[in-house]
Amino acid sequence: MTTMTMAAALNAALADSLAADEDVLLIGEDIGTLGGVFRITDGLKDRFGASRVIDSPLAESGIVGTSVGMAYAGRRPVCEIQFDGFVFPAFDQIVAQVARLHYRTGGRVRMPLTIRIPFGGGIGAVEHHSESPEAYFAHTPGLRVVTVADPQDAYSTMRAAIACDDPVILLEPKRRYWGKGEVDTEVTTDLDSARVLRPGRDATLVAYGPLVVTALEAAVAAEDDGIDLEVIDLRSLAPLDRGAVAGSVRRTGRLIVAHEAPGTVSLSSEVVAGVVEDCFEHLEAAPERVTGYDVPYPPAALEEHHLPGIDRILDAVDRTLGRRSSREAA
Amino acid sequence: MSTTMSAGSTRSPRDRRHSPQGAPAPDHDLAGAVDQPLRVLDEDGRRRPDARLDAHLRDVDEALLAGVLRDMTVIRALDDEAVALQRQGELGLWPPLRGQEAAQIGLARALPETDFLFTSYRENGLAWCRGVRPEEMLSVWRGTTLSGWDPFAHRMATPQVIIGAQTLHAVGHAMATSTRGEDGLSVACFGDGAMSQGDVGEAMVFAASFRAPVLFFCQNNHYAISEPVGLQTTVPLAHRPAGFGIPSLRVDGNDVLAVLAATRLAAERIRSGAGPMFLEAVTYRVGPHTTSDDPTRYRDEAELETWRRRDPLLRLERHLELLGAPVEQLREQAQQEGREAAEALHAAVSEILAPAPESLFEHVLTEEHQGLRRQREQLAALEASLAPAGSAS
Repeated sequence: MTTMTMAAALNAALADSLAADEDVLLIGEDIGTLGGVFRITDGLKDRFGASRVIDSPLAESGIVGTSVGMAYAGRRPVCEIQFDGFVFPAFDQIVAQVARLHYRTGGRVRMPLTIRIPFGGGIGAVEHHSESPEAYFAHTPGLRVVTVADPQDAYSTMRAAIACDDPVILLEPKRRYWGKGEVDTEVTTDLDSARVLRPGRDATLVAYGPLVVTALEAAVAAEDDGIDLEVIDLRSLAPLDRGAVAGSVRRTGRLIVAHEAPGTVSLSSEVVAGVVEDCFEHLEAAPERVTGYDVPYPPAALEEHHLPGIDRILDAVDRTLGRRSSREAA
Repeated sequence: MSTTMSAGSTRSPRDRRHSPQGAPAPDHDLAGAVDQPLRVLDEDGRRRPDARLDAHLRDVDEALLAGVLRDMTVIRALDDEAVALQRQGELGLWPPLRGQEAAQIGLARALPETDFLFTSYRENGLAWCRGVRPEEMLSVWRGTTLSGWDPFAHRMATPQVIIGAQTLHAVGHAMATSTRGEDGLSVACFGDGAMSQGDVGEAMVFAASFRAPVLFFCQNNHYAISEPVGLQTTVPLAHRPAGFGIPSLRVDGNDVLAVLAATRLAAERIRSGAGPMFLEAVTYRVGPHTTSDDPTRYRDEAELETWRRRDPLLRLERHLELLGAPVEQLREQAQQEGREAAEALHAAVSEILAPAPESLFEHVLTEEHQGLRRQREQLAALEASLAPAGSAS
């Protein structure tokens, strides 16, 4: 057990995966000599060599497309997309190739790629560096889409993603890279299940990625008003652990879902739809969604208004509990 | 070896015309100048010396030529049969390869079967040479599967529908195998239309930067559905790789010996560790893009007639005749094999059955997840509920 940042935990997971399996290799822009713009791959090229930690040309479709060919040759490529907003040039290779080759070939060709994407806002960045593109990928059959929320989860999930024979989009909440926590490298995890991070009686608060920390903080703040929130970290966005969410809502009767991505046709749309289908009769109030607004990601000076924070989450909690909220005040 | 090996790359005075605005006028006929590409057999089947290619044809004898004629004849017969089957409603669609037999057979017969092919969807000649059964080639077009054969058994990936996407797969495959010290090549097959795709450009960047053992094989068949090659490029396609640092050759794609020799030359160079190479095989799609296409809307009969005279099978037969080979007998033998293969295909195609409805849900991931299980069970329950009363489930 060691205390480390999420960045260090991800680095350790990559190193341990490279050491454990000769077929694992890393490819991405600036990941070798520089160690990645976030230093997630720091030191790995020196340790494992340039043929396993590959500085790629500046071409995202090329990174993913060549990784498909490497998978054909039996490798397990881990691609780094430098920022969330840069993944779109690779979109065709991801949704039309990576996601479909196993299905297309009747299971003959496996695509054990892990595509790492630092995602989300909150770091005061310029445009295209704060996106939350998860719904595009979660919508695409054939991909696993997973998020991480703390250093231990980051370590164990990365190991599981690289070991998995399915393609995995692994979304790393970049504003949480420098948060610290205890990491035990012996702890393993799956890629399917949500986890209850905080049990509670009054309402279920669902989050993932960067908003897990925010949700936990909101739950602590809610205690002051005598509200006991259950916090669920979805972890996997595809497939979605509907059972965990429905199980919680059956106990609490109330649901709030929070994420940074715009709400329209989003993960919160899907979670709410799942709860309505699975346990409608247990709902005591309309589900609430706390999401980014339906706007392109705004300039940094406005992002604090755009991103769901503790106040917006608690406001939604008030609504679902029938307490006075901002909308009645207005 | 110079970086660009394109023969006859001198542009004609016509190419220097300028439009009134001062920009060079695209010359839509440029890539059709078949006197430019490297050629071993002229249109009358006469063997002509070529300083680059002759060294790669020393083993060519009547038996080899007869084998190549057989391959070309059989794939044409299978191709014709597939068109007929589409017309009879047995296939949803078919992309004919007629006219491109020399380009495909020349490539396939120049490479050992250990080299891995990443192709587009018109390369059934390659599949034939790799031992894929004709009914496996047709199954995708019958709509019963998305992949007709085992890519690893035949060292040929599932044909790619997204134009140019497979070129990156070939490069990645080559990057992976070469760093393990394997000496196989990866071959990217694509057409003139693909040359406008970003993925092909990225593939050439990656291949050059990592000296990947990749052969880029572009069949310039002059059309991307209706669009003439002049819309994709104003210079011969084989000029473009030079900018990526990839040497290229432009060959007459209707001359099977030229394609065979150029592929051998390229493969030898790539296997020596010199990095990727590019071949442009200048050929012509005599048929429609697919059976749904109507090429009379975009090209005239005179052009078609010109290319029919350049038929790759006729040229090879003329060559055999000039060599004094029993060409009538060889042709008849090849055509007999073609007929038999076509008849067998005709009989086999109705045996390609639709898979069971449950298979809809198979292989999305390597293991079925909960949500998919629920959907599979829901479909099964619905279909059971719709079954006539008293019928077996």
